[in-house]
Amino acid sequence: MVPLLLTLKVAGWATLLATLCGIAIAFAVVRLRFPGKEVLDAMMTLPMVMPPTVLGYYLLVLVGRRGVIGEWLHDKLGITLVFTWQGAVIAAAVVSFPLVYKAARAAFEGVEQQYEQAARVLGQSEFEVFLRVTLPLAWRGILAGTMLAFARAMGEFGATLMIAGSIPGRTQTLSIAVYEAVQAGKDDIANFLVIVTSIVCISILLASGRLLRPRYAA
Amino acid sequence: MRIEVDIRKTLRSNGRDFTLDVKLACEDDLGVVFGPSGAGKSLMLRAIAGLEKPDQGRIVVSGKVVFDSAAGIDVPASKRAVGYLFQAYALFPHLTVEENIGFGVRRWWLHKLPVDAARRVEDLMELFELRGLGKSYPWQLSGGQRQRAALARALIRKPDVLLLDEPFAALDPMLRERMRRELVKTRVLFKVPMLVITHDPEDLAVLADTLVVMEQGRIAKSVDLKTAPYRDAEGRVSRRSIRQLLAADEESEPAPRPVIRAVK
Repeated sequence: MVPLLLTLKVAGWATLLATLCGIAIAFAVVRLRFPGKEVLDAMMTLPMVMPPTVLGYYLLVLVGRRGVIGEWLHDKLGITLVFTWQGAVIAAAVVSFPLVYKAARAAFEGVEQQYEQAARVLGQSEFEVFLRVTLPLAWRGILAGTMLAFARAMGEFGATLMIAGSIPGRTQTLSIAVYEAVQAGKDDIANFLVIVTSIVCISILLASGRLLRPRYAA
Repeated sequence: MRIEVDIRKTLRSNGRDFTLDVKLACEDDLGVVFGPSGAGKSLMLRAIAGLEKPDQGRIVVSGKVVFDSAAGIDVPASKRAVGYLFQAYALFPHLTVEENIGFGVRRWWLHKLPVDAARRVEDLMELFELRGLGKSYPWQLSGGQRQRAALARALIRKPDVLLLDEPFAALDPMLRERMRRELVKTRVLFKVPMLVITHDPEDLAVLADTLVVMEQGRIAKSVDLKTAPYRDAEGRVSRRSIRQLLAADEESEPAPRPVIRAVK
């Protein structure tokens, strides 16, 4: 049961991180005009097409003990990400980020600007327009992406292994535990873990499919 | 109502340019901007509301300068005290009728409306015959009810001026005549100046004190409809004379007695 709880914790934090960043960047890309927008858009989608091990390697270069960010984090704040569950969160967040980002982008693009303009004329500041109109009209699409991201984060293997390793009870998530169990010939454990993972993933897909159904008639 | 507009804006799309270059001062409380679609009527209205930024020029609404490119003034739409009725009403689909109407008087951190604001919402629903529909969503309403809800939503903030973008275009002809009369009543009741844009000549007879005709981004003419030959002794508008006016317009005769006139 420990790998399951750890996986839920890692996937939960990773999804939260990916969702907040995904919403912010998607909104900026949809509504703002700035140079390099297309490049940013492509960069944000990159984790979806790159092999997770390659991503993991990049992350290691960045946040590892000798990495650009990792060294600063270690020296100034005393934070180490490599071989910790927090490192696993970063890995899972990066890998699942494009799912939230893509969904949020599509959701924001689907919000008719007329509603935002109506809110502006009704005296609302840009922040209020976002909070009271844009987000409520887009949240179903975003949430669907969030659930997919959660499912993806739960299944994360390659990048997580590169950064957090496979320390039982600390960084050994479900998918890594399955791998280790099969390697060690413990088929009963592997079977159990596989069934648990499948049930969670299928329920998430069903729920997100329901959310994507249109709500407003006419 | 004192609206002064003197703006220029060029739009580019697919290599074709459209230039809006208008200059008018409207002193009546009921103005209609008339013209074919694509004449730039909506663009001008949106610029007055602050939804579109002119390239240069000046806009004054009831004595307040809301845009002046030379002085670097561009008051955001949210601070212009302008009511706007969108062509398709733009009622928020995720909110009920009552939430829609109260939208402009509720702060985002408050869960409920203050008591006096809630009463105003109720009064407006009563007045606009929306009683019992407070908990309905916009898609459950008829066209006329949607328009009334949108009017109530705009009026609850007591705007200095109400801008209406083709208010009857989305309604069927039977309903149009009735909503025109209701709009006239609303104006009298709320004492709110209105600027209406339309391409339907039928709207002119009911709604206009002053008429501005726009063509290809420019003001072709402006006419005072309050006096003869457009009104008879009882103050009724003569539809025939307006038809003649619009027909004459095509031969571009000079407008008689313009009250909306070019500023200096």
